[in-house]
Amino acid sequence: MISNGTSKTVVKLHVNGETRDVMIRSADTLLETLREQLGLTGAKRACQNGDCGACTVLVNGEPMHACLSLSIETVNQPIMTIEGLRNSSIQQEFVDKWAIQCGYCTPGFILNCHALANKRPDADDETIEEWMQSNLCRCTGYQEIKEAVKSVLQNHKNDSAS
Amino acid sequence: MIPFDFEYYRPESLTEAVQTYETLISQSKTVLYYSGGTEFLTFSRVNQLYADAIIDLKGIPECNVLELQEDQLVIGSAVSLNNITESNLYPLLGQTVKKIADHTSRNKISIGGNLHSRLIYREAVLPLLVADATVKLTGNDGETVHPLKDLFNQELKINPGQFIVQINISKDYTTLPFVSLKKTKISKVGYPVVSIAALVKERQIRAALSGVCPYPFRSSEIESVLNNSSLTKEEKIEKAGTLLPSPIIEDIQASRDYREFVFKNTLLETLEALEAAQA
Ligand SMILES: Cc1cc2nc3c(=O)[nH]c(=O)nc-3n(C[C@H](O)[C@H](O)[C@H](O)COP(=O)(O)OP(=O)(O)OC[C@H]3O[C@@H](n4cnc5c(N)ncnc54)[C@H](O)[C@@H]3O)c2cc1C
Ligand code: FES
Ligand code: FES
Repeated sequence: MISNGTSKTVVKLHVNGETRDVMIRSADTLLETLREQLGLTGAKRACQNGDCGACTVLVNGEPMHACLSLSIETVNQPIMTIEGLRNSSIQQEFVDKWAIQCGYCTPGFILNCHALANKRPDADDETIEEWMQSNLCRCTGYQEIKEAVKSVLQNHKNDSAS
Repeated sequence: MIPFDFEYYRPESLTEAVQTYETLISQSKTVLYYSGGTEFLTFSRVNQLYADAIIDLKGIPECNVLELQEDQLVIGSAVSLNNITESNLYPLLGQTVKKIADHTSRNKISIGGNLHSRLIYREAVLPLLVADATVKLTGNDGETVHPLKDLFNQELKINPGQFIVQINISKDYTTLPFVSLKKTKISKVGYPVVSIAALVKERQIRAALSGVCPYPFRSSEIESVLNNSSLTKEEKIEKAGTLLPSPIIEDIQASRDYREFVFKNTLLETLEALEAAQA
């Protein structure tokens, strides 16, 4: 049985392909640990209530709100943050489609889109909308974001076909 | 940040979970079961919930089952709402839970957590009530199986220390004509102004509602009106409106009058959609 008391404990998290030691309270959320212990500030803190998607990371390849996960829950599971997608083509597609204004929501959108491309490369418009509704953009760049997501899916399909 | 410390346990069997609960309770600790954890985290962050220890049920194999076993669909309590939708094993349930929260949250929210939620909506219960689901509980008295309708009266009534292991639905219900509708204030993601799950079994409509009253419900009085062939659709809807088990709620989502209007329209849409589904 995995267990953890009320004092701080060192556990290993598997983040962006590396195993990292972190010292956590059971009560620490994944968002707090990523930002404050690992310096992975790409996951943004906003509502902390599951409403905005700014904190989205991938756990086991699935998009999750890092504010709605305890760090201790994610021990032994692969975690990906936006820092794990440095210099990736998906980043460039968001730039090319002007899908970034202030950028606060961007890591969440990109990670969600990355998971969508991997899990549902043939996603129709309804599925794209369903997934992307998890992320809010206060700059309201939704049209550009939608175009970027579609372009990512199309390129993903072309890459898989070739 | 969660403003208090707690112990975390992730047992790997039902017995280990129950024993852990008993041990912690004997130490006078406040203990909560934890599944998706989204409600625990959001409530405890703002000091509306407290626990000395939480027991995470996600490591228990029985709580992660999602499959047809002979003539029964078995759903483990820790199964996420998205996994239920993606399995398409009971489309009415899949379509109803697909309207709860947003896609990313549904990777985490579990069906057991939704049924035992502190919030008034508990929308996953609707398709289970109309399908006469049964629930397997475990606790200090061992495993017991109950009709959901005996445990769910406005909210889930289970003893301290008990938790839901699995939900069972007879396979017959999973292929019946159905309708799932949810009306929200503005956006597609949001708490319901009105949410309804309905199916037709042996030419009889069964319907359960959330969002209208301060709790989800299935009402035999409303169903007998909906099944009364001597009434027109409009008469059925008018009459159903007088048979609600509590006054219609009024809150930030909708005023009472507006909710009543939406309730009636949604009922009409439901009757029409069920007719079409049977055609
Ligand atoms: C962004 C967001 C939007 C939402 N929108 C909706 C909505 O539209 N409609 C709706 O109905 N709900 C909605 N909810 C509420 C959500 O469905 C509930 O809060 C639900 O309780 C969360 O489930 P969980 O598994 O994450 O909960 P947890 O925090 O793990 O558990 C919630 C409660 O259930 C208990 N519990 C957990 N597992 C079991 C079990 N196996 N047996 C017995 N008790 C158990 C826990 O002790 C706790 O008291 C929303 C939540 C969020 C975060
Ligand atoms: S900060 Fe996590 S969803 Fe908003
Ligand atoms: S770009 Fe500013 S919040 Fe989306």
